[in-house]
Amino acid sequence: MPDVRSRVYAWLDERIGLKDIEKLAKKKEIPVHRHSFWYYLGGMTLFLFGIQVITGILLLFYYRPSAEEAYESVQFLMAEVEFGWLIRSVHAWSANLMVLALFVHLFSTFFLKAYRKPRELTWMSGMALMGLTLGFGFTGYLLPWNELAYFATKVGTEITGALPLVGPFALRLLRGGDEVTGATLTRFYGIHVAVLPLLATGLIGAHLFLVQKHGMSVPIGVERAGYDGRRLPFFPNFLLRDAIGWLAALAILGALAAFFPAELGKKADPFAPAPIGIKPEWYFMFMFQTLKYLPAHFGPIEGEVVGILGFKIGGLFLLMIPFLDRRSARGERSRLFSAIGVAILAYMILLTYLGYTMVPTQ
Amino acid sequence: MADVLTRPDDPGRRRIVNWFLGTSAGAFLAAVLYPLTRYLVPPRTGESAAASVTLAIKPDEVKANSGQIFKFGSRPGILVRTASGELRAFSAVCTHLNCTVQYRADVSHIWCACHNGHFDLNGQNIAGPPPRPLEAYVVNVRGNQIVVSKSV
Repeated sequence: MPDVRSRVYAWLDERIGLKDIEKLAKKKEIPVHRHSFWYYLGGMTLFLFGIQVITGILLLFYYRPSAEEAYESVQFLMAEVEFGWLIRSVHAWSANLMVLALFVHLFSTFFLKAYRKPRELTWMSGMALMGLTLGFGFTGYLLPWNELAYFATKVGTEITGALPLVGPFALRLLRGGDEVTGATLTRFYGIHVAVLPLLATGLIGAHLFLVQKHGMSVPIGVERAGYDGRRLPFFPNFLLRDAIGWLAALAILGALAAFFPAELGKKADPFAPAPIGIKPEWYFMFMFQTLKYLPAHFGPIEGEVVGILGFKIGGLFLLMIPFLDRRSARGERSRLFSAIGVAILAYMILLTYLGYTMVPTQ
Repeated sequence: MADVLTRPDDPGRRRIVNWFLGTSAGAFLAAVLYPLTRYLVPPRTGESAAASVTLAIKPDEVKANSGQIFKFGSRPGILVRTASGELRAFSAVCTHLNCTVQYRADVSHIWCACHNGHFDLNGQNIAGPPPRPLEAYVVNVRGNQIVVSKSV
């Protein structure tokens, strides 16, 4: 038997170059130090993305993207289709865990200054992936066509419309008309299941290529403390540890889906008032809550325009961090940028907390 | 001229060929991108020209200190009966970020649940983030019918 196996191997190697692939897999090594834990978060995000792709494809078999049928098709899926509730709940929970894993990945990369030279483009492709992920969340939220989704989409798209100059045009483009209607649903559906997956696949490829090319970044602090150079082979040692995390994530997903299945709520009605206690997905909460606190006007400019531009500038600042943080680029400690990171994180956590604890009618 | 054509490495000839290539590529891209862009922009549907609407709600169905949403063309409007019994109507589209407002009997004015915006019973924005008042409509009661129309 070993003879057959080695002959199959030789046959395949001659045609697709298995030895080269093996060499590539053996080349990758993971630095071992006290911050090594954070290396697992990117892989975790990718695993959850894989879950999204699989459950997403499964949902497509029953979902119908129109204002007349979307809500009913999800209702049918939840009530009639065997394990329909499981697939949809895993999709919903995995989306949340993926955003969480991505945020932790992003902030750990930030605090360990892994964005510093020569990994500027790795950071930027990661930021672009975060943008796509938020796009996935926003477009996917509308698809069940329920009350919460309807108003969240109204507000979310109106925010685009508040942008100077391009706003009104972008608003119509996004909504497929002047109002949030079935046309918006169809458009979001196309974006959610085709446009974003295509872009994400390409960007993930680029991101992973860059990670492979540069290897894992060793934090400045570890380097300065005299890193002993201990490394773990990626294949199979690190990958097997990754797999333990993934299995744990899958178990958590199953439990969450079983104990807290995704809700459907009431069908969207364009002629009903916005429900009391309306709120977006948790990862948009800090922005939503900020918009509540902003006054109607800052001088001649409307409050929400200031808020929205503020978030845009904040996003742009994060994107450009590798070029702004000159000290890290030189391999020096950069306390200022650590402090900025802490401030951003604290702001997000505080506003999210307020968003969930504030009495909605006051 | 014949001299130029026989020398393929002539920079003048190369420049012309490159110019042709560049403009054809540009024209090709424009020919592909223009229809694509136009395709993505949704067609303008005729705005509902209706300047007035007769409501399905009867006057005696609206109690004092309450409000109801009605359809005004393709957008929601809100009909309010004040505590003193007067009927008023406004656009129900919040001027902040487009949510649909509602009447709150506990504070006796109009409120938007999305970002906690408050409007008084003249449609004026009195608290929270909304930057402008709600558009006010004219309410006429003709017998047993309520007719709401845009003010001119």
